[in-house]
Amino acid sequence: MNRRQFSKAAAATAVAATFTPFSIVRAQARSLKVGLLLPRSGVQAGIGQDCHRVVSYTAGILKDLGLPALDLMNADTESNVDIARSRAERLIGEGAQCLVGAFDSGQTTAIAQVAEQKGIPLVINIAAAPPITEQGYKFVFRNFPTAPMILGDAFANQIEVFDVTGVKPKTAVFMHVNDTFGVAMQKGFAGVMTKFPQMPYKLVDTIAYDPAARDLSVEVTKARASGAEALVLVSRLNDAILITRELVKQRWTPQAILSMGPGWYEDQYLKTLQKIGDGPMSFVPWYDPTKKLAKQVEAVHNKAFPEVNFGTNHIYTFEALLVAADAFKRAGSADPKALADAIRATSIKDNVSTGPGVLFDAKGQNDKLKNSAIQNRGGKLVTIAPKEASNAKPELPLLAYDKR
Amino acid sequence: MPFEIYLNVAVSGLLTGLVYGLMALGLSVIFGVVRVVNFAHGEMMTVAMYLTLLAFTALKLDPLAALVPVAAVLFVFGYLMQAGLINPFINRPEHSQFMLLVAIALILVNAQLIIFGPDAKGVQTRYSFDSFQLGKIIVDAAKVYAAGAALVVAAALFAFFRYTLLGKAIRACADNYHGALVVGLNVKRLYALTFGIGAACVGAAGAMLMALIDVTPAIGPAYTLLAFVIVITGGLGSMPGALLGGLLIGLTEALGGVLLTPSAKSMFAFGLLVLVLLFRPQGILGRKAA
Amino acid sequence: MIARLTEDVPRRGLVLLAVLLALALVFPAFASGYLLSVGFLILYFAFCGQAWNIMMGFAGQLSLGHSLYVGLGAYAAAALYVHFGISPWIGLGASLAVSMLAGAAIGFLAFRFGVAGVYFAILTIAFAEFARIGFDHFKWVQGSSGFFLPVKNYAANDLWNLRGSPVMFYYVMLAMTAAAFVLCHALLRSRMGYYWQAIRESPEAAEALGVNLFRYKMAAVAISAGLTSLAGVMFAFYYNNLFPEQIFHVSRSIELILGPIIGGIGTLAGPIVGAFLITGLAEGMREVMLRLGIDVPGVKQVFYGLCLLLVILFLPNGVWPPLAKTLGLRR
Repeated sequence: MNRRQFSKAAAATAVAATFTPFSIVRAQARSLKVGLLLPRSGVQAGIGQDCHRVVSYTAGILKDLGLPALDLMNADTESNVDIARSRAERLIGEGAQCLVGAFDSGQTTAIAQVAEQKGIPLVINIAAAPPITEQGYKFVFRNFPTAPMILGDAFANQIEVFDVTGVKPKTAVFMHVNDTFGVAMQKGFAGVMTKFPQMPYKLVDTIAYDPAARDLSVEVTKARASGAEALVLVSRLNDAILITRELVKQRWTPQAILSMGPGWYEDQYLKTLQKIGDGPMSFVPWYDPTKKLAKQVEAVHNKAFPEVNFGTNHIYTFEALLVAADAFKRAGSADPKALADAIRATSIKDNVSTGPGVLFDAKGQNDKLKNSAIQNRGGKLVTIAPKEASNAKPELPLLAYDKR
Repeated sequence: MPFEIYLNVAVSGLLTGLVYGLMALGLSVIFGVVRVVNFAHGEMMTVAMYLTLLAFTALKLDPLAALVPVAAVLFVFGYLMQAGLINPFINRPEHSQFMLLVAIALILVNAQLIIFGPDAKGVQTRYSFDSFQLGKIIVDAAKVYAAGAALVVAAALFAFFRYTLLGKAIRACADNYHGALVVGLNVKRLYALTFGIGAACVGAAGAMLMALIDVTPAIGPAYTLLAFVIVITGGLGSMPGALLGGLLIGLTEALGGVLLTPSAKSMFAFGLLVLVLLFRPQGILGRKAA
Repeated sequence: MIARLTEDVPRRGLVLLAVLLALALVFPAFASGYLLSVGFLILYFAFCGQAWNIMMGFAGQLSLGHSLYVGLGAYAAAALYVHFGISPWIGLGASLAVSMLAGAAIGFLAFRFGVAGVYFAILTIAFAEFARIGFDHFKWVQGSSGFFLPVKNYAANDLWNLRGSPVMFYYVMLAMTAAAFVLCHALLRSRMGYYWQAIRESPEAAEALGVNLFRYKMAAVAISAGLTSLAGVMFAFYYNNLFPEQIFHVSRSIELILGPIIGGIGTLAGPIVGAFLITGLAEGMREVMLRLGIDVPGVKQVFYGLCLLLVILFLPNGVWPPLAKTLGLRR
């Protein structure tokens, strides 16, 4: 066969393969086909690709636990709701028996509708908007705290931290990014505050900033001008680094930096800022370092990705896959309805995330999840609260920036 | 709020505005002469930022020192792009130009995503955390250096266009296309050169911006929009106008952010744009169209 | 009336249209969930393309901020449904009103002050961005935390409230696209349509002949805006969630206009052909990547961009004109 014939044949095969409506029947019947939907390109690419990292090591751990194998089908939602929906349909068309995804609340909602219509269970790895599990769906399950849950635990953990360290700031300024998560947290703030009268600080100002902000000097100046003792935030990775630099440049070290969102504990933050990055506390969905499975997965993760700290994205994406495998084992079949019922009855006490375990309520939400508090220390992360799920003591107040 | 807060914010806004102004300068040069609407402007700047990052990690070059080589690389890039792809589009309708550059932008953004990954990357220099204190005003050191570099580059550009033969030839093309042809100027080559110069400005701005912020593949489009807002406000085709536009936008956003809510500060820039378009469409320093 | 509408359409064209319509009608019968969702997207973009084409292709005004009207239409109908239980068929009246008002305002500001060409395009982007940031702070519709429509059962198709299966949405979208097609055809053949084409080709000459530029440009903007807002209503009820960051974003505006530009501006079939090609190309590329086992994010978009580049370089007037010639529909 010469080169011309070969390329013609290859082209013909590609065309034929593209239009063949049936996929090749796979021989394994004892594995569950799971469609994993993540935003691996587009604006959310960073997070989607981070979640995706667990794919390289989940299979090994599931095998060790004696759970059935998962036949993973990856799809990129491209951070776009149209594509999320059609990819979900595509995966189901290709035989996916369970879906996992998709980080973004809007895209997850679209996928949830498809899952519910087709009767295929969806296990949400990360998405914090409350309405998703308020629609009365029977096939949608979320093993991730809602924004109000994160807020409530953040307050409880903060009070514990203040008690342990003896540092109790009397005033705080709240900076938040004006996106889905940031606004949800801000909305719930006042309400949750009333449930925690022992909280030492009062909010003196709330500063919202544009997610696309290129320069946060104005925002930090405003925060500094409020005269608050502590800085409470919901931000993202880029903003965290920008804000920290501004804090140094504007010569303001708050008593405590209390972040209730991503950014302040991420690898990029720690690597870029090094000594300057020590001290901030993050109150986020996390893993329990005292749990056996958590230690195991962390070890495997660190071996596979030594440069990447084991974090929220990995924890919850892994757990979603764990839920799928565990339910498949108990259901004994891949029938979607049986699978959905099995998922609803999930009770994994030896899991990775903080709290009593993976248990779903009637709406498909795991409302038992607890959130932890972590602190940046020496370029690494330590879990400081709640006490029973911690591996270090909290340290306050923050060391002044010009002394580092 | 005490007065010095406003002063601090204003100074910071003006400094940042200068760097934005340099970026917009490139766009103004390109549109003023070649009359092509460069919708891939922000993406070109992102390329410059990544190049600066590479220079920093591989050669330990400070971003402000990497300014010259990065600008040179972008010059070549711009020249080739104009000569190779954009030339046939000069007389085509705007939507065609727009589509061409959107396609180029799409390719650039995703190529960067594939090569560099989606995570934000930054450089950390000795002066990344420095600030000067003048009385009650605290000024970010990195911004001062970047703004200073922006002024130097802008001055060099003004000198080029005013005093060199090549610069005058390019201005001739902008003022009167047919006249330029008649006197024998090689307009095609001059267009390519101009695009290259515009790209070099963007390159320099990108290098400076790298000292201030981190880069991800997705930040391009916001800067394209910003460049347009600045250029139209200041005056399309007017170089001092681009800098003035930058200063104005920087100031408006900063003060708007501190007076109202920072999350709406971009609205002030757009508000200013709308006002300018309505009442002085040629921009503050622009000349009325012939 | 049908006779008048079809009097100068070549017979071949009518047959082709009838065949396409028949195919579209029976499509759901043998299309899986995935193909059906792709079909919906094609129709959605075809509809939006038609609406945008009125302003650009017919009247020559380049709008790069059309996502503004999609968003306004979506939020208006969704808000009325969520807060007052009003059916989207009535709610779309509010969508039309709000969008046409916005379009008229932009048109007025632009045309009275002589803003044209690139400046007009930037103005439209500015207004869309303005809306994006504004709605981020608009508490009545939940701002940036997202506006969710309550989703009930899927057992029955509730056409009145647009709750139901994807098949229902497909047919509604098909009806809308067909109606838009007929409307555009009628508009082109009307006196206004001729004035529009005159304005597009040479505004000065048109004005010299006594055509009221201002009035007809305003009409084009208003009609285009209103029609686009209906797409927004569909979007809201199909996806059941609205986020200002996504629906008003400039990338959405660009998505809308890819179809008509690739298909052929100013032509009737251009937007439809374009929507088909654009969506088909994107999905096709994803399939090819899947079959070839390439799982690197971003690769598909690079190839997609290259294809767009090739089309724009070699087919500057779009795909439809040469295609029409080959099919014998153009003299």
